[in-house]
Amino acid sequence: MLRFRKGAQILGGGMWMRLSDRTIPCVIDLSDCGLDKIEETEDEYRIGAYVTLRDLECAGVLNDACDGVLAAAVRDIVGVQFRRSATVGGSVFGRFGFSDVICALLALDTEVELVEAGRVPLATFIDMPYELDVLTHIIVKKHDYQASYQCLRKAATDFATVNACAARWDGAWHLAVGARPAKARLLSGAEAGVVSAEPSCDELAHAIEAVRGLTYSSNLWGSERYRRHLAGVLAARALVEAARYTSPEGLEAARAACAREEAIR
Amino acid sequence: MSGKTMDISINLNGKRVAASVSPDLSLLAFVRAQGCKSVKCACETTNCGLCTVWLDGQAVLSCAVPMARANGHAVMTLEGLQAESADFARCMAEEGAEQCGFCSPGLIMNVLSMEREIRERAAAAGEEPQMPSDEEMDSYLAGNLCRCTGYTSQRRAIRRYMASRFAACAQAVVAGQEE
Repeated sequence: MLRFRKGAQILGGGMWMRLSDRTIPCVIDLSDCGLDKIEETEDEYRIGAYVTLRDLECAGVLNDACDGVLAAAVRDIVGVQFRRSATVGGSVFGRFGFSDVICALLALDTEVELVEAGRVPLATFIDMPYELDVLTHIIVKKHDYQASYQCLRKAATDFATVNACAARWDGAWHLAVGARPAKARLLSGAEAGVVSAEPSCDELAHAIEAVRGLTYSSNLWGSERYRRHLAGVLAARALVEAARYTSPEGLEAARAACAREEAIR
Repeated sequence: MSGKTMDISINLNGKRVAASVSPDLSLLAFVRAQGCKSVKCACETTNCGLCTVWLDGQAVLSCAVPMARANGHAVMTLEGLQAESADFARCMAEEGAEQCGFCSPGLIMNVLSMEREIRERAAAAGEEPQMPSDEEMDSYLAGNLCRCTGYTSQRRAIRRYMASRFAACAQAVVAGQEE
């Protein structure tokens, strides 16, 4: 029906669809298809497309495994009632630039499962064209994650002006930056110049430079310059919070390195 | 609206209601047309929380639920929760937690939902329900905009209400007063 009925759309949570000013001739609701569960297998977590953001926030085992970044990413999205309707599938398939969920998932080892295209890494999926396909699951592979999500909002429940998530798994860092305001971008640890488990001040400086080297632009939430500056600070903070510094001196020095980057010069 | 209609049937406040409606009609518009005027239409952009109802026992924003999705489900508004809400309404009055009162129906629906969620979570963990932290309360109240109270009195009312509902909360309040 999605392919043969022109203009047909899958209804996710319906939170954004209802705000659009257009006629949708055919809406397909898959909410009774059993895609509202988080399943755990031996090596991955399978998040159904109709799992709500509230379910994701309250999923204790999944959040423990992901160092709490998924709960941290959705916690400030409007209110509890909103998060009980908005779905993970709707957030991911929409590939919204402002998405907090995508930014957090991107730093983790995440794939999406589509009916036609099969399993695709999330980083590949967010750049794919909007094909007529059905997203069924978001898959987070099991690793020993160390992760932190950071964002800046002008007011509680507002869109993020910019957001960043750092995660270390399989011995490497992964750094996602979103709300640029374009779609989130992923930098590997090597691209960001961060290799060690406890990033040094030099490594943090390289990461800040790499993050500020991404493309940013202006909108109502912030100027291009403001975003570029903030992104560097938030990415460095995420790295420092995610890293498990063994010495208080190392942690203090890293926090001081972040603090030095806070003022716009 | 497309002009086409679909036959729907929902359980509204314990009574079966059947109608022929446009599939994109919002649940908000439908329940108001059924006389549930406690459900208010304000922002219509899922931000203010005034249109909060329970869909299958969970607080949702009725302005964002199309009737096509509500079809076959149970919907509860404040009109159907008069007995349950009386205790919290008393706590609100005692703590001065309402001024103009416009946001109160949505707030009450959300707080009663919070109580249920705390109770269910505690039961699942085999524990006694605990008093929500200020952070947890703020997380709930973020979905209900109030421009009168500043939320301080609402937090007090929630604490008083939870203490009246959960034994462990009452003990915590007494212990806090003794300190």
